[in-house]
Amino acid sequence: MYWNWLKGGSALGIAFLLAVVLVKPIGVSTQFVILDGIIGDTVNDSLVVKDQQAKKGYSSSNAYLNKSGGKYAKSVAHPLNYSFIFVASMILGGLLGRMFQPGTGSVKIKQIPEVHQRRFGNSPVARALIAFIGGFIVLWGARLAGGCTSGHMMSGMMQTSISGYLFAVAAFTVAVPTAILIYKK
Amino acid sequence: MDILLAVILGTMFGFVLQRIGAGDPDKIIGMLRLTDLHLMRTIFAGIGISSALLFQGMQAGVIDPGHLSVKTMYTGVIFGGMLLGFGWALSGFCPGTGVVALGTGRLDALFFILGGLGGAAVYMLMYGSLKSTFLMQKLFGGKATLVVTAKSTPLLDMSWSPWIAVGIGILMLIIARLLPEKIR
Repeated sequence: MYWNWLKGGSALGIAFLLAVVLVKPIGVSTQFVILDGIIGDTVNDSLVVKDQQAKKGYSSSNAYLNKSGGKYAKSVAHPLNYSFIFVASMILGGLLGRMFQPGTGSVKIKQIPEVHQRRFGNSPVARALIAFIGGFIVLWGARLAGGCTSGHMMSGMMQTSISGYLFAVAAFTVAVPTAILIYKK
Repeated sequence: MDILLAVILGTMFGFVLQRIGAGDPDKIIGMLRLTDLHLMRTIFAGIGISSALLFQGMQAGVIDPGHLSVKTMYTGVIFGGMLLGFGWALSGFCPGTGVVALGTGRLDALFFILGGLGGAAVYMLMYGSLKSTFLMQKLFGGKATLVVTAKSTPLLDMSWSPWIAVGIGILMLIIARLLPEKIR
């Protein structure tokens, strides 16, 4: 069983508050770019280079990694940074969360969501394909928006950011009719 | 020290997302189809509680406002948010919950993340040609917030406006309390 809304909401609120009090607001989607950069830099060593002229000390041949004085380029060159390790640690959090979940921790996880099964059947390939396409669109959109559900919606609205409110309205305005149409019974 | 905090806070955040059901595509799609509002109530309560305590703490001088970081408002926030909304409803994952779901052993989450790495990579390659288009046009003066913070341009610039944020936070908690678990 999942936590009720008040217990869950309190835990979620405290996680976001602790992060901003101790370090900075939570964000996730930027780290997909950083991981891409790390992979890219392994394949092509000249993607990110040390650069005394750059504000952050690194520059990149890719315009996106190079923006804001090479901020992302620096994170690619130093993967052991706060934001990247934070997101990597979320995998461990998910693992522990499920492991110690009363009742369900030891039960094998249902790989195909029920809503998917009702609409598209039991093929894991179809589910993997939909998840892949969804992931592609979500991250392309999150990068255009400059943040995702964590950074814009939660951290943003927590700070009363106009970008956070408008991002939330835009996302739900499309997501609700899409979910109703795709997963109708 | 930074890395230790990253491990502690990241693990905690992942743990909480799993326990509220956010790593479960059935719960996400249920919320978006308006058939199971449990997660929406939790999110409203989460934002409300964190925001009320944050602004209350800053007003009382016990929270350092220097850690705030307000994101710029520009046209792309709207278009990107709409695209994210589509992919979110299709897959039942957003970036953070996909990462958490991978930790719980969901194989579809791995494909979501691989797709996400692809989408982010394509965006990186396209950025050079997007950066001078209308999509990057700043709105509301860029780093805009509703109330006064140390790091933004406030729409309501009265010195007492942070109390409005505390009020909005409490209002969100009340909305979470009043929302039904199901409306359809």
